[in-house]
Amino acid sequence: METTAYILQQIVNGIQLGSVYAIIALGYTMVYGVLRMINFAHGDVFMLGAFFAFYLIDKFSFPLVTAVILTVCGTAIVAYLIEKIAYKPLRNAPKISLLITAVGVSLFLEYTLSLNIFFTPNYIAFPRPFEVKSYDFSLFSVTNIHIFIFLSTILSLLLLYFLIYKTKQGKAMRAISHDQQTAALMGINIDNIISFTFLIGGALAGLGGILYSIAYPQINVFMGIMPGIKSFVAAVLGGIGIIHGAVLGGFIIGLAEVFVSAFLSSTLRDGVIFLLLFIFLLLRPNGLFGKRIDKV
Amino acid sequence: MKIKASNLLIVIAIFIYILLKVAIATEFISEYLEQIVLYTIIVIIVSLGLNLIYGYTGQFSLGHAAFYGIGAYSSAIICKILNIEDVYHFVPIIIISGVVSGFVGYLIGIPVLRLKDDFLAIATLGFGVLVRVFLDNSDRISDFLGGSRGFVSIPKITNLEITFFTALILILLTINLINSRYGLFLKTIKSDELATSSLGIDVAKMKLLAFVSGCFLAGVGGSLYAHLYTFLHPSNFDILKSIDFLVIVIIGGMGSIYGTVIASILWVGLIEGLRNFLPTEWMDFRWVIIPVLLIIIMMLKPEGLFVKRSVR
Repeated sequence: METTAYILQQIVNGIQLGSVYAIIALGYTMVYGVLRMINFAHGDVFMLGAFFAFYLIDKFSFPLVTAVILTVCGTAIVAYLIEKIAYKPLRNAPKISLLITAVGVSLFLEYTLSLNIFFTPNYIAFPRPFEVKSYDFSLFSVTNIHIFIFLSTILSLLLLYFLIYKTKQGKAMRAISHDQQTAALMGINIDNIISFTFLIGGALAGLGGILYSIAYPQINVFMGIMPGIKSFVAAVLGGIGIIHGAVLGGFIIGLAEVFVSAFLSSTLRDGVIFLLLFIFLLLRPNGLFGKRIDKV
Repeated sequence: MKIKASNLLIVIAIFIYILLKVAIATEFISEYLEQIVLYTIIVIIVSLGLNLIYGYTGQFSLGHAAFYGIGAYSSAIICKILNIEDVYHFVPIIIISGVVSGFVGYLIGIPVLRLKDDFLAIATLGFGVLVRVFLDNSDRISDFLGGSRGFVSIPKITNLEITFFTALILILLTINLINSRYGLFLKTIKSDELATSSLGIDVAKMKLLAFVSGCFLAGVGGSLYAHLYTFLHPSNFDILKSIDFLVIVIIGGMGSIYGTVIASILWVGLIEGLRNFLPTEWMDFRWVIIPVLLIIIMMLKPEGLFVKRSVR
């Protein structure tokens, strides 16, 4: 009985972590869809989200909802600027140049912000924006943080679905990820849609940053690296470029991480996740939902 | 002509060696500086390995430091078990460490090198994290590996002669490899994999050749490193370290051996040199400037600084 309760509790925690990974993975997957690149700086936009929220809530004492909206807008703009400044000049360059630039942007953001005049490299405690309430069920307990995070994820997922499948921009995004050149011939403004994708991706990363720091209230300029890479793994697991794949991948990674920490050792969790990535890349490189793509 | 060029290289190298030897003997170079010189040579060896993998063959690897670490740890373990503390017995150990790294590279390379560009990057990065996690937890296997506390009291064996001549031999071997038929195959794979395979060249095998040779070089570098600093810590072999080597290869120029040598010297020289002159607050700016430099190079001269623009 006790183990069942323990396992159920871990599942609840895993879903919480998985929700955050899912939100970050959505940004990766969308950018990959339109640009075919791994946006290494995505994890740092996530980190910026946490810091924006920290300053808005702690220093300027905004209410949570306003802080969330402002943060999401802020990170969306940052992601937009990153694309405009760093990635756009390389639109026709080899893929690896783009990848190295992304690594460069990521390092630049981390180390610039870790300077003492900015956020410093230290850990900062993130304030709880609301009272934590725990709801006890007989076998496990759920806090309102769990609920808040889960609902935010579901809500943003629904919004994203609406955006991608019901709006013109979404249709253009899908067209670009299908075939960029043909999409351009159909009169779609590629640059605008790519910028739009980065705006959405940045907004999601910002939201992810807030949710993550509400759940694990300690923030640091380097906090984006591991969640960023793990979310990318989640996107690959689900099949990169596929929305529901990213979400499912996020939950798988979240649950795997929590279970490895609970039953094996927390130092092994990163290893297990990358082992998972390895197995997937070898056996099913297109992910759970991916179709076989041509090899070019 | 080719033979003459390498003869010239040997002459220059021996000249540099004598210069260094004299400088050390007359205490013109302090012990600290000597250590930096040796470290620079090690960085040259390891970066040369990455240049083979990435610069010549175009296989983007973000896990190079993992192979460096594998070489370092295996060398340290072997020397501790066999109680080796002199240079003569160290020579086979260097080769064995390189072979261990190369073998791991072989095992990893077979599945991973099927992937391309970003997926290869993320897979090699994943391998880097796996190795890091393994090293962090290595004290569960045997306490003397130290785990996240680090591997301590490794015998100090590495000296100028062994480092310098290992590097010289490896550079000459690499030049020979590059100038051979295989070197040509590697370059063609970089410019067009499909066309290369259509010429009847076994692309998978050639990629593996480059990868294994690169990992061998990393392992040799690791072995020398372990017995230079006598202390190993898993954090010395993480992603950031891989990025260090990547930056060197990119700055030096993809597919340029001399570029790699120059870039390694500049890199270590700048980082270690600036440490002496600049106050610590300024040192923090290092990683602000390097990424900007990287981005600018990618925009203006993606082939690297010390190579001519190749004809597309």
